[in-house]
Amino acid sequence: MDVNVVLAEWSNLLIYSAMAVYAVAFIVYAFDLFGPAFTSDLADGRETTVADAAGARRTRTRTAVAAGASSGGATTATLDDEVTADDDEDSAGDADESSARPRDLRRWARVGTALTVLAGALHVASIVTRTLSVMRVPWSNMMEYALIASAMVVVGYLIFLAYRDVRYLGTFVTLTVLLVLGLCITVFYTPVAQVIPALDNYWIWIHVPIAILSTVILYLSAIIALVQLLRSRSESKPFRGVLRFVNRLPGSKDLEKISYRLAAVGFITWTFTLVAGAFWAEIAWGRYWGWDAKEIWTFVVWVVYAAYLHARATRGWTANRVALLNLVGIATVVFNFTVVNLYFNGLHAYAGV
Amino acid sequence: METQKTTARKQAQAADIGVVGMLRWALRQLTTMRAALMLLLVLAMAAIPGSLLPQRNQDPGAVATYIEENGALGEFLDAVQLFDVYTSVWFSAVYILLMVSLVGCILPRTRQHWRAMRQDPPRAPRRLTRMSAHTTTPLSDATTTRTQEELLDRAQALLKGSGYRTVRADDHIAAERGYLKETGNLVFHLSILVTVVIMAAGGLFGYYGQRVLVEGETFSHSLVSYDSFTPGTFFDADGLADFRLTLNDLETAFDDEATGSQFGQPRKFDAEVTLDTAEGTSQFLLRPNEPVRVDGSRVYLIGNGYAPVITTRDADGNVTYSGPVVFLPQDGVYTSTGVLKVPDAQPDQLGFGGVLLPTVDRNDRGELISSFAELRNPLLVMDVYRGDLGLDTGMPQSVYQLETDTLEQLTDTDGTDLQLVMQPGDTAELPDGLGSVTFDEIKQYAALDVLHDPVQVWMLPAMAMLFGGLALSLFVARRRVWVRVSGDQVEVAGLARGEDPRVEEAVEEIAQELALDSPQPSSTSASADSEQNTAGK
Repeated sequence: MDVNVVLAEWSNLLIYSAMAVYAVAFIVYAFDLFGPAFTSDLADGRETTVADAAGARRTRTRTAVAAGASSGGATTATLDDEVTADDDEDSAGDADESSARPRDLRRWARVGTALTVLAGALHVASIVTRTLSVMRVPWSNMMEYALIASAMVVVGYLIFLAYRDVRYLGTFVTLTVLLVLGLCITVFYTPVAQVIPALDNYWIWIHVPIAILSTVILYLSAIIALVQLLRSRSESKPFRGVLRFVNRLPGSKDLEKISYRLAAVGFITWTFTLVAGAFWAEIAWGRYWGWDAKEIWTFVVWVVYAAYLHARATRGWTANRVALLNLVGIATVVFNFTVVNLYFNGLHAYAGV
Repeated sequence: METQKTTARKQAQAADIGVVGMLRWALRQLTTMRAALMLLLVLAMAAIPGSLLPQRNQDPGAVATYIEENGALGEFLDAVQLFDVYTSVWFSAVYILLMVSLVGCILPRTRQHWRAMRQDPPRAPRRLTRMSAHTTTPLSDATTTRTQEELLDRAQALLKGSGYRTVRADDHIAAERGYLKETGNLVFHLSILVTVVIMAAGGLFGYYGQRVLVEGETFSHSLVSYDSFTPGTFFDADGLADFRLTLNDLETAFDDEATGSQFGQPRKFDAEVTLDTAEGTSQFLLRPNEPVRVDGSRVYLIGNGYAPVITTRDADGNVTYSGPVVFLPQDGVYTSTGVLKVPDAQPDQLGFGGVLLPTVDRNDRGELISSFAELRNPLLVMDVYRGDLGLDTGMPQSVYQLETDTLEQLTDTDGTDLQLVMQPGDTAELPDGLGSVTFDEIKQYAALDVLHDPVQVWMLPAMAMLFGGLALSLFVARRRVWVRVSGDQVEVAGLARGEDPRVEEAVEEIAQELALDSPQPSSTSASADSEQNTAGK
């Protein structure tokens, strides 16, 4: 009923195209993360971290140092340089001091970001065409939910990039988005169609987007919590081998703060999801709360994040233990989205698959 | 050594404090953050079984089936209330403990906060350098001299302008802001308590009733006209809303254009109803998500299905039954099952068990199935039974099930079970002079829920409190700031109370505003600018 099939096909093609570009972006980002920018041997005693742009500007830059002896003549530099070098004023001062071109060190990351922008554009275009093909809200089943959530992760990441150099997350972001799109087009795949009467209500404009936003925010918080845990370990005992890049990431304290702030915002939006869901339930089923499978798990997620916020204010809970609770939180979110949608019977049977 | 001593002392105390003391000790433990945290984690885990096992409050039939199929395990699960998780003793225990912990936490904190709000910000500690944020700026230089008074006046005005509460001590200003953070925190926790109380009260005063209404039928709102009715403990039947509801027409539509999983999905359920109340008559479109609200009660369209209209006659042609029979849809293509009981049939009572296929088709194995939910090519297939329907025994019977123990299934001449296969308009003669059956037409029916919850409206202010409180408690920064003149230096120090990402920046900004040389054009706010002008260098 009222479906533009041509646009729908375009949407699917755009998803495949976006996946292809994300795949390349992932590989390119991985070259950055596992490449010299993160792994080259720098002179001892230098506390180098992948800069956040603001920090780099404040402290000015530490310029490149040739560590010829240890790395066989290769020129290495701290990662701060590249960020400041992008800044015209700063780079002028630094350029003559540098014996090498520090920008080159993160060439891969720049290519990766450019590819992510391209993939993100294709991704958003797939959502737009899918929306136009049915002329309704583009979040009425599991596939569309995941399609939009992953797009928001990418857009959020790119916006975040404008404020801080978090390109070390690029590898993880592109990989997870690639996986989610893969699920969208297979396990979650739902042909375009109009919505069922149970979903045909203005609350779908409120409840679902906030739920998607919460998922995205809590996911970003969790991914940073994970990096925080790795970084925390590397602070006491630096990694060797594949995980060497961790040693150069921002300090675990900074990561913890970002992760916490995201989780706090996520808790508020999740609370809103829950309450808006209760309002919708009242007009759909006659009661605002009925312990439906989805309601149970939304409640479980909420309580786990409430526990997380309390844990952070509890003496005796180390930052690492709190971060673990954050990971438990995202596990419940993912469980709520996948297992509950696909395998549990309940009133929220909107998976569409 | 140290810890051993203290535990030893604690044990000695525990022996002395008696029962009341023990209770006080337990309450104190319960109100700690650590206890709240543990209880939250336990609550999350306690809620999970309700999603894994069928629950009585939602599907009592599924619970019965589960217990039957699992024998001893099922009975054990039942004994530990795993089929009634949310009313179980253990789940209640967890959330009641959590509520006690909450109250025990809110009360003293409210007292503390009340006192803090009426007190001046605390004086500066002796060594401000120990504060998390600290900076200095010179009081005077070669060109400009400022007295302590001038500087402190300016600092006080500046801090007041940025929303700090300030107090002047002899050599410094003490300032504090962000009291709303704690207020919000307390309001949020209080709103959780209110929410739990409202949820508990909702079940006590309201009611919940169900009724199936076939097209053309009218439902007079009274206890006897319900198919099922569940009142709350304190529900007063005299307060039942007075109205009559007629289902004029039910229109449904299903998707026959979409592909894959979306084919056959419902697209429209519109019930056209007439509502008669004391105020008059009105027409409504009753749809999913659009309940009809009448006098504090709410009527919901919860389900729908087909009701074949069937007429049975005895051998003489006298009508023994005529009317719609409600069939329950079993799947997405509305393969529906139903039962017709004809106690007035002669010479024996008759029972029919039928399957209705709205759009008949054959599957790969040649069996009859329904391929679409709309009535495109309906077919009714029925088994026929004769004997005693068991309606006179006084035992309640489901209208959707035949008690076949005292019935005998009719057979064809060749000895196989007799099956009536009928399209609308068809009439079938029954063997042995049992009369005939006519399948007249198919009507649609609506399954309605009627609910009443007089305390539900209180959820609205509770939720407003919840969000207001939550936003304040997580986003307002609470911090103390001191500005002190010590010698020829002005010290500015800040102390974050709780999460405050900006405390260092804020101290930096205040120091800049108080600096001798007018700060660079990056001055932070308009109000700060005007402060400088009035301060008049």
